[in-house]
Amino acid sequence: MSPTTGRSPLVHAVNVSKTFGDNQVLKGIDLDVYPGEVVVLLGPSGSGKTTFLRCINQLETINGGRIWVDGDLMGYEDKDGVLYRLHDKKIAEQRRDIGMCFQRFNLFPHKTALENVMEGPVQVKKMAKADAEKRAMELLAQVGLADKPAAYPAQLSGGQQQRVAIARALAMDPKLMLFDEPTSALDPELVGEVLKVMRDLAAKGMTMIVVTHEMGFAREVADRVVFMDGGVVVEQGPPAEVIGNPQHNRTKAFLRRMRQEEEQHAKVVSEVVEASAAALADAPE
Amino acid sequence: MSISTEDRPGVIDARPVRHPGRWVAVAVILVIVAMMASSALTNPRWNWGKAFEIMQQTPIIRGLLMGTIVGTIGAMIVGFSLGVLMAVMRLSDNPVLRGVAFVYVWFFRSIPRYVLLATMGSLGYLYPVLDIGVPFGKAMGLTVAQIDVNALSNSLVFGILGLGLSEAAYMAEIARAGIQSVDKGQTEAAQSIGMSPGQTMRRIILPQAMRVIVPPTGNETQAMVKDTSLLLAMGGTAATNELFYQAQAIGTRTLLIMPAYVAAVAWYLIVCSVLMVIQARLERYYGRGFGTASQNNATRAKLLGLAGGGPR
Repeated sequence: MSPTTGRSPLVHAVNVSKTFGDNQVLKGIDLDVYPGEVVVLLGPSGSGKTTFLRCINQLETINGGRIWVDGDLMGYEDKDGVLYRLHDKKIAEQRRDIGMCFQRFNLFPHKTALENVMEGPVQVKKMAKADAEKRAMELLAQVGLADKPAAYPAQLSGGQQQRVAIARALAMDPKLMLFDEPTSALDPELVGEVLKVMRDLAAKGMTMIVVTHEMGFAREVADRVVFMDGGVVVEQGPPAEVIGNPQHNRTKAFLRRMRQEEEQHAKVVSEVVEASAAALADAPE
Repeated sequence: MSISTEDRPGVIDARPVRHPGRWVAVAVILVIVAMMASSALTNPRWNWGKAFEIMQQTPIIRGLLMGTIVGTIGAMIVGFSLGVLMAVMRLSDNPVLRGVAFVYVWFFRSIPRYVLLATMGSLGYLYPVLDIGVPFGKAMGLTVAQIDVNALSNSLVFGILGLGLSEAAYMAEIARAGIQSVDKGQTEAAQSIGMSPGQTMRRIILPQAMRVIVPPTGNETQAMVKDTSLLLAMGGTAATNELFYQAQAIGTRTLLIMPAYVAAVAWYLIVCSVLMVIQARLERYYGRGFGTASQNNATRAKLLGLAGGGPR
């Protein structure tokens, strides 16, 4: 069932460490992600999972260890054992093949949905505008927003914005997609539409690393779940094992807390639904 | 338990709060305005007719077009472009660029414009001729072109350059505030699709920074309209192409000093009023894509029946 056998990893991270001031956030992370694999990073807040994700495409500079993506050492050039920091332009080139979606979407607010998706291909890949527009329309259709090319981000709901952001990342034809809590900033009723797009993407064989608290998504879509706490990988494996039968106390405690939150959350949602149904019934019309 | 319809309070028809102080203020202001108007009409020395005539004289119109309007536009173009460049340099990772920008802003912000223009007007004394070519290559005949600084140093072009250089120091700070106001997530999003630092700045950051940059730039432009009157410090054609210099000249020549001054004041008022309208339009343009989110959310909530009647 694991697609790992006999292939070289797309992401090869060895002993990655990262310090912010006196605070060591990552304490030697080893992680391999194979082509076509969907890896979900789980862990309490402050465990370093978002930081690790951002290190993969160099939004953060690591202090120790190495990260290779598709054979390229990220951020540095290794000449006979001496590391040379790459120029910003070279790092920008390395990022082209890695798509990223952010918790707060970060769409360009002064550009329409279509222009957001076209920006990368036209500016970075120097693709002809007409070709880029055609491709962007296909991608907007793929994320279910074929009717919104002219909308500015402020005119879209959170879920729609995040789907445009996914289309924007896909427009660069990435080999790897990074998702940093893509549904955490969304209203509960909008989470499903974003997860559906991500599910479709996984089904198409995209390699994905996803930081999320959506346990349902992790159970159904992930090939592997990696549980992080305190800047280290505590345990990892198929979701049925890690979520269904955790071995470590820290994982158990985290999953118990998540379950309580989920129940609490479900209760609040059902209360809201009932209350608004009642409000609608009370309304004069 | 329930109250009958007649007992329940109906439409509110309350008496408004009285503001007697406002009426007193209006009365006082009216009296003062009436006194001013009467004196303006009865004091023959105001001489409105002559002032209106002077407004239309050729040297005044030339001063308005060249010194005030061309001067303002030119100085603001120089100031804006150089200022944005300085702001980008100031925020750069490159310590050399940061240092240059810092020194530039420090130097030009420290010199009064009047003093700067007067000094620049005399540069021809230090450098009568400027050679363009290879550094230290004059003896070997490596000079490509020569500029006659003496002739140029008190021309309008030089004056515009001086005002622009000074303005750039202020624009640099305004642009820096604008650039820093753009969310850091925008840079990260641009980086994540592989844009270089330069592309990120040009395509993503600066267009959004404009929303913050435009209003204070409008103020700076208004100030520049007035500061073109300092061109007279430079002497030469910089001064003779300037509105107030010409007004003074006409005033002293014809002994109609006050009407000449009034003519200048009227033109400055007109130019600044036009600028206010242009600024309002620009602000609307650069505000596109902003400020509609909350309105949209409110509408959507209403459509879903969640507003008002829904749970809090």
